Amino acid sequence: MEYIPLEACPPQVYEGLGLMSGLEIHQQLFTEKKLFCRCPAGRYSKHWDARILRHMRPTLSELGEYDGTALMEFKTKKEITYLINKETVCTYEFDDTPPFQINDQAVDIALEVTLLLNCNMVSEFHIARKQYLDGSIPAGFQRTTILGTDGWIPYAGRRIGIRQLGLEEDSCREVSDIGHQRTYVTDRLGMPLIETVTYPDMKTPQEAAEVAHRLRRLVRATRHVRTGAGAGREDVNVSVRGGNRCEIKGVSSIKRIPLLVHNEAFRQAALLEIRASLLSRGLKPETFAPRDADLTSRLQKTRFVPIRQALDAGKRVAGVLLPVFEGILSRPLTPGRRFMAEFSDRVRVIACIDEQPNIIVSDLPDGTLSPDSWLTARKALGAGTQDAVVLVWGAVEDVRTAVAEIGARAREALVGVPLETRQALPDGNTGFERILPGPERMYPDTDLPPKAVLDAQVDAIRARLPDQPWAREERYLKAGLAPELAFRLSVSPFAPLYDQLAPLGGVRPSCLASLLVDHLRSLKRRGLDLTRLQDAFLSSAFGLLARGKIMWGGVLALIEFSLGGVQGAPEELVDCFQLQPASEDDIRKGLEDTLHELKGRRFPSREDQVRYAMGHFMGRLGRRVDGAEIRRRLSEAVASDRILKETAA
Amino acid sequence: MSGADDYKGYREPALSVLKRFQVRVWSDVTVASSRGKFTGIILPRSETADPDHVVLKLRSGYNVGLRHNTITAMREDSYKEFHYRVPEKQFPFDPGKPRVKLFGTGGTIASRLDYRTGAVIPAFSPGELYGSVPELADICNLDTEKLYSVFSENMGPEQWIGTAQAIGAEIAKGVNGIVIGHGTDVMHHTAAALSFMVQHSPVPIVMVGSQRSSDRPSSDAALNLIHATTTAAASDIAEVMVCMFGPTSDQYGLLHRGTRVRKMHSSYRSTFRTLSDIPLAMVDRKKITPLKTEYQRRRSDRKVDIDAVFDDRVALLYYYPNMKPDVIDALVDNGYRGIVIAGTGLGHVNKPTYPAFRRACDQGVTVCMTVQTLWGFAQMYVYETGRELMGLGIFPLDNMLPEVAYIKLGWALAHSQDPAEVRRIMTTPIAGEITEREPHNGYLILQGGIPEVEEFIRSFKK
Repeated sequence: MEYIPLEACPPQVYEGLGLMSGLEIHQQLFTEKKLFCRCPAGRYSKHWDARILRHMRPTLSELGEYDGTALMEFKTKKEITYLINKETVCTYEFDDTPPFQINDQAVDIALEVTLLLNCNMVSEFHIARKQYLDGSIPAGFQRTTILGTDGWIPYAGRRIGIRQLGLEEDSCREVSDIGHQRTYVTDRLGMPLIETVTYPDMKTPQEAAEVAHRLRRLVRATRHVRTGAGAGREDVNVSVRGGNRCEIKGVSSIKRIPLLVHNEAFRQAALLEIRASLLSRGLKPETFAPRDADLTSRLQKTRFVPIRQALDAGKRVAGVLLPVFEGILSRPLTPGRRFMAEFSDRVRVIACIDEQPNIIVSDLPDGTLSPDSWLTARKALGAGTQDAVVLVWGAVEDVRTAVAEIGARAREALVGVPLETRQALPDGNTGFERILPGPERMYPDTDLPPKAVLDAQVDAIRARLPDQPWAREERYLKAGLAPELAFRLSVSPFAPLYDQLAPLGGVRPSCLASLLVDHLRSLKRRGLDLTRLQDAFLSSAFGLLARGKIMWGGVLALIEFSLGGVQGAPEELVDCFQLQPASEDDIRKGLEDTLHELKGRRFPSREDQVRYAMGHFMGRLGRRVDGAEIRRRLSEAVASDRILKETAA
Repeated sequence: MSGADDYKGYREPALSVLKRFQVRVWSDVTVASSRGKFTGIILPRSETADPDHVVLKLRSGYNVGLRHNTITAMREDSYKEFHYRVPEKQFPFDPGKPRVKLFGTGGTIASRLDYRTGAVIPAFSPGELYGSVPELADICNLDTEKLYSVFSENMGPEQWIGTAQAIGAEIAKGVNGIVIGHGTDVMHHTAAALSFMVQHSPVPIVMVGSQRSSDRPSSDAALNLIHATTTAAASDIAEVMVCMFGPTSDQYGLLHRGTRVRKMHSSYRSTFRTLSDIPLAMVDRKKITPLKTEYQRRRSDRKVDIDAVFDDRVALLYYYPNMKPDVIDALVDNGYRGIVIAGTGLGHVNKPTYPAFRRACDQGVTVCMTVQTLWGFAQMYVYETGRELMGLGIFPLDNMLPEVAYIKLGWALAHSQDPAEVRRIMTTPIAGEITEREPHNGYLILQGGIPEVEEFIRSFKK
């Protein structure tokens, strides 16, 4: 099937491919401390006090099985270095101290989200160890637990199933991964994170992104999650009919989801076509027999730079013959990716040969070895015209691993789409990261006893549960807010404040909403610290408004005073800054002054004249009057004044 | 379907729920509950957990607990028993490699999950070890024997004596080195006991354990075991040693003399340190690098002195201010024959205890002094207090560690009823438990925060 660009791809194509997509949304929680120790959460460092070196070794699952990913990572033999800052990391994170009791604040937030997702809640949670042998966690496992299963959220008139809601500790950030050396920083390690896993209920790339947005809105509604770079991360699961689940890791922005899903669907479709071609050539996975040979001595004279440099450095070159693979390795998968990239990825990740190019293939000989050298290689391997040859070079041990991986990947091509965790690349493609781990990597955490989730605890959380944002949005629309404002308020952290202030009256809902959504944000942009604004201060300010003790402008003034650091309760500030509503005498006098000011000035239009008049009046009494009423009275006054009538065209 | 194992660890009220719905441990079930529907395998319940919950392993591999009174129905969909087993592989034999004997006493060096307690329990055989640490076959021909299966803290005289005798028998058979797998909590006590009970060994005797159990990928167990077997197979040092991580990083192990070593941190990998001296050697995957030049060398004969006795009427008294004499009286009245004091400073206790100590000494109880500062010597002649205490009959043990002194006193008391002879044994070094001098680098606790220390720590792997 020909690749179709994302923008030009109608939904029927995905239906034809049998696309299914699911999400795993990771979201850091806003807690003071980390999940299993008392280190501060959310503090990042650029300075390192110490380094620790570890290797990872596969262990058995609870049911006595090795996990495939674990074995793969063991093959890579990485030396892992952790950079440590004493302010952000204690001996727990680098696994020299057993865990402390779980952070109850984090559990409460996670239970809140569990309820919002309509999940079945467990009555006792058990901490598990999820193995990660890539080194992203110094212990070799992540402590994780499930709080709820089988929930749902509404989307486009149907339900998207939630497989589970988990609470877990965040991992390290990778700094570099070169050859057999991988380095991580540890500041983020151990921060509480919730993982929301959906069923593969999304049928198009766009749906996947929209549901991701919806889930993000939901967790943000709790106001207890972190925002900003890296605080929310998505993994996207993709499969097509006849293909297999691949997990795309580390999608930092929801905007990137559609192209990644789209390309993954086409990659899987292309792999299935390759499989069909290979089977039609008579190949079978069980009898498939790649051959290999050391070509170091035979290629001594090559001038192809990467191999030349390797040979000069005393490294080895090996060739792998893939029987009847002619023309297959050069097949395109997605724009910018040929099938050989899948082999190159495996060699890079598993054999740690990461300088590119790390393989060359006989399908694409141009710009590599000379025709003579290719012939030498083919001859050494005994390759016929139907066979493909892959060359790889590097340290002797690494080349041995690489040769085995090339053969293994070719055999997998006969089976179909390998179960993989794939890394999101900037161009919308994905690259191999590791074999997809299975349930075998779970192991009970023997360091911590299980913990009951009591009914009383759940009831307390339920009582203060925020509305789901879509329910909230619905409510705001009914209250008469414009759709755009209703949406933005529903995801705003000030939504609960709106709900508290709106019933006090004294102001139109849309005015209040735009104050909270737009005006406050503009104040923040001006550099004012919004955390100074206390909910209690605002509600008594709006109480004064509702009782007619101040006008709208007075409310805005109070907010600015408070943000500016002026101390005192709203009642006191009203007296102090004379914010009481202006008397009719004051207003009349103000209007006269303004009309006087207008005399002798010419304006291009009536509107300009009124605007100027408003500015003049409000500059003096604006905080103490109803602006709409003043505008009306000024317009009337201008319209009925003979002189003024003439001065505006 | 009924057997004792069907409900492993379950007690009332959860037990009745399982029985009522005719399901058991390892049943693959669908559960209806007031908190929703769940499917998974029923796992055994830990005995130390509450009796109210049924544990389910979900398809995702996660475990969850369901409270008994939330469960409204359970249906067994299938049944399959699982057994956690370390994969066993025949340990290969290579006639060109040294023979090493590994004794198991328990601990986390090789362990697996125990549902009964929810903790890890030891698993151990050459095949299992080879299955999980195949590198061992490159080092030696390994033979194993499980002597005990106890947590470290339950080791005592019976086990020390049994282990010493087993070592003697193995040396007589001509083994090239001995490794003893041991829990870390009291490893230094056993190391001291073996130092006195096994003398003039012709081969290395290496104690090893792990601070992180072998069921986790970052465990120190495999590397410690590799270091220990390397030492037993190839080292020239024929002494009782403890072989554990030097730094917390996976870099090298240290070989500590059995009488100078102590566990110094409750959880760090690098918890074992040599006190008042430097370690015997460093060991990594490739080589052993001696740090000291004076040690007992390996010999080719099979002679060894096994002197495995212990009188357990000994106590170790950690002095604290305002200690009352009744504590000492109680020991004497209960028939204790020896008391090791871990005293303050250079070896002191308070005046109110003097009469009780005098009474103890007069009754023939051996009372000797060590220092709770751990580093440094008991020098009781310096201050008046120390001189007074010596006048009561208490004698100092120089820089012998308190735990080592406790072990040695039990061993010495089993050799003689005569307090003078016991005193002679105690003050005569046998296995480096007393050193004549303390080198300046025998006491090194770098103080964090000091700029040059921080600079130093940054420059190497911790």
